[in-house]
Amino acid sequence: MLWQVLEGLSQDSAKRLRFVPGVVFADEGAACGQSPEDRAKTLAEAKLVLQTVGFPWHIVALEEVFSLPPSVLRCSAREPVGTEGAYKAAVDSFLQQHHVLGEEKQSRPCPQHPQGRAGPPTAGQTEALSRLFNSVKTLTAKEELLQTLRTHLILHVARTHGYSKVMTGDSCTRLAVKLMTSLALGRGAFLAWDTGFSDERHGDVVVVRPMREHTLKEVAFYNRLFAVPSVFTPAVDTKAPEKASIHRLMEAFILRLQAQFPSTVSTVYRTSEKLVKAPRDGCAAGTPGPRCLLCMCVLDVDTADSATAFGAQTSSQLPQTQPPVAEAEAPTVSCCHSGMGRAQHCCRMEADPRACDPRACVTAQLCYGCRVNMKDLVSGGPSPAREQAGAGLGLRLRSPGTSGSSLLQPSLDPLPPYILAEAQLRSQRAEAEQEIQERLLEAEDGARPGATSAEQAHEDGARPGATSAEQEGADGL
Amino acid sequence: MPAPRCASCHKARAALRRPRSGQALCTTCFCAAFEAEVLHTVVAGRLLPPGAVVAVGASGGKDSTVLAHVLRELAPRLGISLHLVAVDEGIGGYRDAALAAVRRQAARWELPLTVVAYAELFGGWTMDAVARSTAGSGRSRSCCTFCGVLRRRALEEGARRVGATHVVTGHNADDMAETVLMNFLRGDAGRLARGGGLGSPGEGGALPRCRPLQLASQKEVVLYAHFRRLDYFSEECVYAPEAFRGHARDLLKLLEAARPSAVLDLVHSAERLALAPAARPPPPGACSRCGALASRALCQACALLEGLNRGRPRLAIGKGRRGLDEEGSPREPQPSGPPTSEPIPGF
Repeated sequence: MLWQVLEGLSQDSAKRLRFVPGVVFADEGAACGQSPEDRAKTLAEAKLVLQTVGFPWHIVALEEVFSLPPSVLRCSAREPVGTEGAYKAAVDSFLQQHHVLGEEKQSRPCPQHPQGRAGPPTAGQTEALSRLFNSVKTLTAKEELLQTLRTHLILHVARTHGYSKVMTGDSCTRLAVKLMTSLALGRGAFLAWDTGFSDERHGDVVVVRPMREHTLKEVAFYNRLFAVPSVFTPAVDTKAPEKASIHRLMEAFILRLQAQFPSTVSTVYRTSEKLVKAPRDGCAAGTPGPRCLLCMCVLDVDTADSATAFGAQTSSQLPQTQPPVAEAEAPTVSCCHSGMGRAQHCCRMEADPRACDPRACVTAQLCYGCRVNMKDLVSGGPSPAREQAGAGLGLRLRSPGTSGSSLLQPSLDPLPPYILAEAQLRSQRAEAEQEIQERLLEAEDGARPGATSAEQAHEDGARPGATSAEQEGADGL
Repeated sequence: MPAPRCASCHKARAALRRPRSGQALCTTCFCAAFEAEVLHTVVAGRLLPPGAVVAVGASGGKDSTVLAHVLRELAPRLGISLHLVAVDEGIGGYRDAALAAVRRQAARWELPLTVVAYAELFGGWTMDAVARSTAGSGRSRSCCTFCGVLRRRALEEGARRVGATHVVTGHNADDMAETVLMNFLRGDAGRLARGGGLGSPGEGGALPRCRPLQLASQKEVVLYAHFRRLDYFSEECVYAPEAFRGHARDLLKLLEAARPSAVLDLVHSAERLALAPAARPPPPGACSRCGALASRALCQACALLEGLNRGRPRLAIGKGRRGLDEEGSPREPQPSGPPTSEPIPGF
């Protein structure tokens, strides 16, 4: 793709592209368990490629997610694009990609100084990252987590350097595999965003996929014919057995099926073109609901007891005799579920609104697919019972309590701080909104002056504007 | 090591762990939970209103057996009455044994049984005859395409004969997951747009259909049948190995091994697919021959039969429907009786 961009920008191309690109290389060696020497070697190779291409380049390490601000997870409004076509685009080239280079372009002048990072990531950050990835039990969840973090990181780089678009090099084959994988992961509602040409759920930065009509075979031939050097780095699932993760399974399955029915990939691709970015017929229009914390798509979960797959997994039906162990937890989780259908507020005990379980709060802000991934995030030692034993409070009311073993308390500590901070902020804001709603109703019946100071203290962190309006309302009565 | 106690009643020893949640339950509690879930699906989805006369598609296999059994248990609570409708496709060596199982069930449960045969409804075409007719084309026989469409029509006809108001079939969560995978792999946008819900409400004169077992995974269906000691026919159809669905089924097994919740995740994805309006099937009209629900001039069943009768079985499959508009093909249509063995071409 870089080569195509180079060609498009060159003087003698018929339709000249008119943007100023930069290149981002994300170094994920820590997540894949590479040694520092291997990482340095890969970085050196990548730098060589990037320098010869001639665009301003940025190398970021995945460890930098630990220093991301929570604003990454917020969908900012799009800035109005200039009237001419002069916009900047950031070109994303990363591992296992077919990087582009041509020897004949050596004569190009060297670019202005490359903007790398300040220095290599600290050992502490690397250690934190490996701890995060080691705490994830399944390879599937690891890959998903890696993708999420990588997306956030690249988004951040794009925003800080003023790029309005990110181009990724996903080919037709890879997108077909991605589509089927997303289906299997429960992300059927978001297929159009995940595999479509443009993905604008982040607001100001748009992710585009210009290579989506080229199959992998074509890309391979192109690279070979034009002598394009590539940098190979092992990924998180290199050398993993075929059945280790859903991604591997799907890839192997589709490639095998393609050998037997040669139209498989293009059929899946054509079907993906027919998908639209809208909720299913019933729930259209109106204001879009809250967005997922990690993937920033509009949430696709229903109320807990509906007759759908989600409802089946979170059904609050208990068998005739209630297990005594779960009874203490039952009110907590059930009121968490009862609220799930409306605004995203975590469960509220009568006495102390902040005593709710942090894991349940975070889970309530995720879409279906991200919730399933989050279940695989458990800290501490190996689980004594089945895999789902540790899933605990998050989703399943029928939390298994084998009498002998203790329930593992899943923890969110390894997650990067920006995720936890944003989750906290959102839940506080939602609580505050809820309180405002309730107070408004009560104020209609009869003023309750004694409560105003408590409200103010509670809402201070969230919305000062709303507080003053609310104050006026209460005073007026 | 002795089995742990049941997580629900704490009295009996647990007999299994639910595949879905890993919870250990004894047989009674598991069966009760299963039935409660089916009841919940029916009630929450408002599938079978009180007073409905329900035709249960019974094939003798585990899904329809479990469905019939559970619905029979729940019938008093739901206020519905049941009829068993069995379809005889005319597959030698397979369907006869399955029908015998259905007859035994009907006798044991004292439910009225109606058997509808392809040969009777479709001018003598049994599945074996269809298979012979499509055999020589060099590509796969696509028997399942014929069988699926014709069986749906036969079920509808049987339901009408008994005066039913609703039709239920025993599709479980695994079937739904395989269907969505298969439809994506084959690019069937029309079916993708139509599927995903709990059943169809029944437009244009077709009876409403639903699938109460849709959210139960296949493993649990098998376990339920085992614990209730239900008598069912468990062999695979003779033509099944040729079906495309086999690929989807293998894939689903692998996915389930990698992630146990994959089946319900796929069902959730299927529910939430958003397809472009152009890809959705056109609003249904009526077939010009038999008056049944159809989105084109001829309903699929009539189109398939037309192809068979003209000696061009692939006429209505895939993109060959253009040929249906031709009148007067060179060969004589054979309205009665299946074709006798075809002459071997000589070179």
